[in-house]
Amino acid sequence: MADLRINLAGIQSPNPFWLASAPPTNSGYQVQRAFEAGWGGAVWKTLGDPILNVSSRFAAVSFNGQRVAGFNNIELITDRPLDINLKEIYETKKRFPNHAIIASLMVEPKQEKWHEIVKRVEDVGVDGLELNFGCPHGMAERGMGSASGQVPALVERQTYWAKEVAKTPVIVKLTPNITDITATAEAACNGGADAISMINTINSLMGVDLDSWNTIPHVAGKGAHGGYCGPAVKPIALNMVAECARHPHINVPISGIGGISNWKDAVEFMLMGATGVQICTAAMHHGFRIVEDMIDGLSNYLDSKGIAAVSEIIGKSVPKYSDWGNLDLNYNIVAKINTDVCINCNKCHIACEDTSHQCIDRLTDANGMSFLKVREEDCVGCNLCSIVCPVDGAIDMVEAVREMPPMTWNERQAALSGAAILKADVTK
Amino acid sequence: MANEKIQRISLANLEMNFQEVEQGLTNQEAVEESNRCLYCYDAPCIKACPTGIDIPTFIKKIASGNLLGSAKTIMSSNPVGASCSRVCPTDELCEGACVLYHSTKPIMIGNLQRYATDWAMKNGQTLFQPGQANGRSVAIIGGGPAGLSAARELARLGYEVTIFEGSEKAGGLNTYGIVSFRLPQKISYWEVEQVEKLNVNIRTNTMVGRDILVEEITENFDYVVLAVGMAHVPNLGVEGENLEGVYDAIELVKATKSGQLSEAFIGKRVVVIGAGNTAIDGATCSVRLGAENVKILYRRTEEEMTAYDFEYEFAKQDGVEFRWLTAPKRIIGDDAGKVTGIECIKMKLGEPEKDGRRRPVAIEGSEYIPPVDAVVKAIGQTRHLKLIEEFGLTNDRGVVKVDPETFQTSNPKVFACGDVVFGKGNGDAMVVTAAQQGKDVAHAIHKHYSVVGTAN
Repeated sequence: MADLRINLAGIQSPNPFWLASAPPTNSGYQVQRAFEAGWGGAVWKTLGDPILNVSSRFAAVSFNGQRVAGFNNIELITDRPLDINLKEIYETKKRFPNHAIIASLMVEPKQEKWHEIVKRVEDVGVDGLELNFGCPHGMAERGMGSASGQVPALVERQTYWAKEVAKTPVIVKLTPNITDITATAEAACNGGADAISMINTINSLMGVDLDSWNTIPHVAGKGAHGGYCGPAVKPIALNMVAECARHPHINVPISGIGGISNWKDAVEFMLMGATGVQICTAAMHHGFRIVEDMIDGLSNYLDSKGIAAVSEIIGKSVPKYSDWGNLDLNYNIVAKINTDVCINCNKCHIACEDTSHQCIDRLTDANGMSFLKVREEDCVGCNLCSIVCPVDGAIDMVEAVREMPPMTWNERQAALSGAAILKADVTK
Repeated sequence: MANEKIQRISLANLEMNFQEVEQGLTNQEAVEESNRCLYCYDAPCIKACPTGIDIPTFIKKIASGNLLGSAKTIMSSNPVGASCSRVCPTDELCEGACVLYHSTKPIMIGNLQRYATDWAMKNGQTLFQPGQANGRSVAIIGGGPAGLSAARELARLGYEVTIFEGSEKAGGLNTYGIVSFRLPQKISYWEVEQVEKLNVNIRTNTMVGRDILVEEITENFDYVVLAVGMAHVPNLGVEGENLEGVYDAIELVKATKSGQLSEAFIGKRVVVIGAGNTAIDGATCSVRLGAENVKILYRRTEEEMTAYDFEYEFAKQDGVEFRWLTAPKRIIGDDAGKVTGIECIKMKLGEPEKDGRRRPVAIEGSEYIPPVDAVVKAIGQTRHLKLIEEFGLTNDRGVVKVDPETFQTSNPKVFACGDVVFGKGNGDAMVVTAAQQGKDVAHAIHKHYSVVGTAN
């Protein structure tokens, strides 16, 4: 069995699966149940000055009958007294010394506030701190959470204040509600962050009830935006992790968060640069036991690839992620339809015909049976047909014979400007 | 399995035995199943449906929660679509053509169709409006699936339609001929009601040729649609046919759908002669009426029987026994004229006949006499020959000749559809086929009117 232990900026845990700071980590009872189930770490639900919550807090998107494709909440940080949380953190750490407990923190953007809370939580033996600059609702209206996280200077300054007194590693959790997350990630690094975590939830309105015309969810007929998470946000989160991982000035470990539902998602985040992952929605959907397959699947995957330790895969796909201008313009793939596997639903045909490049013909063979065929000379290799095809193996995207040597847009532009300079030289 | 089923038959409460067997899909099941549909382009299920229902569209509408739209999509193509969702041999039609048939399992098209039409029924929806009156009148003889379908379509096109129906209620086979545990009468009534709402005048208890003269009809209407279907089960042609305890399967089924259920079958031994779908109905009704033992006698084998596979399975599960290669020779009665036994003779299959099926030949000396209390005849149906002759229509032993394109009979004013034109090689005797023919006739009349009628 592969070694699943991770070390994220000095925080050790028996496996890369942490519960994110959220309702599942609200209490010692819950975190201890999670550790019993196998979770490697837990980021305690954000501590700060106790708040008041509203009733009716969560909502989810069902897609074509599939429940919880996306999830949304308007719950705030912990509504339990700090003393009780600290006592439970202490007890939990004592019972599970080898599991990682990270305290998520959110206070007003004042130096003394940060100093005070950092000291208090470190006193009970946490393994690390996570500064919540991401929560997009409620707290943001009071200048905390994502309101801080959207201003690079505030991120840097508050990280610095926390670091002034922190003895344990400081992770800065970033909001995705920003045009370029590398700006705030860099600010966190400049403030002295030991690691960054992303993404927090995305501003969202889950829906409107077609009968009452109320928002979903609503609180006594009124709604406010919430934070979106769950499987639907994974591609957004993965991109943000990858962008930070490949950024030359962001050189701290990343804790990946956002729509991770199983071991495969976790592997993808780690390949794209995450040292570990944090999970919430999958646990809220299925309970803590879901981690068993995450650990088992990850372990089997690593064994099947002959990889001894999960830490070996961290960032292995980062060099493969680049700018569009560095993609080879002369690489060609085309669709091939395997008529022996095809079930003739014609979805590829109509998708291509109506919305792509009109290159899948419906033909009839000698026996009068209809079949589909790609006119490869017209196929641009867009993948749409293979995406809409409901049958595995019916459409393959295969590399076409290369007609030209590799050439990226950037290389092409460089060659053209070189030629122009040369031409200019000649005409001189 | 069979025994479990039999135990569920109540002798104390026969009504219970005639409740619909199949439960409809729950909301959750319908959502899941409708989302499983691939929404194929130019889908094969549409082509496999005789009425050409746009199946992917109605299923998509279930998935999106547009049940009114779904029901309209179904019923616009098939005016008896609620009945068909229950009685169609879907495995041989839409579901048999589903592209998922071999890769996973076909979409439950029939059940989804039932879900959408049940919704429309429960919510009292009126799905269609009559067209603007064009001043032309049509008489439809027979209010069964073909007649109703023609009426619905013609009314939407603006014709003034009158249906002449011999029975107390319209709906034909759907109302009286299909066992209620497959198709409750309320389904058929709802379909009739949908047609009535288009201002179609349905004159029930009015048998043409008896209650109204054929001439009255041909003179007073611009067009006539003959959709009278078929008549009673023919005689077996054996001794003892008039004994008490000999039943016509169609009449037997009709009786179970006409109010009071007879207790005459409780604890009795019944044999059914024939092995088509009507024979199955006769047998399963007998079981549900409390018969102790029900046997189907068929002079050919399992291979040649014309009942659908699912009907055959259903009968077996009801505990019906099958006696292949067995033909009745005479029915035996006691002094009081009641059936007591049936003399049977074993058969063997000989040379193939014209239709390809091998001719059954009696094995001399193989006679035996099982004791029975009732004999149910289900060896096909006779034709309304007298009425057809009164209309003066060219026919082949009661099968009315029509132009395959226009459904016009030898009298250009009279069109015909449904079982009255069904004969060997003329299509399948399915409700759904009758529905399509009704539509076709309506459009043929409309085309005729548009070309010829407007010139008058």
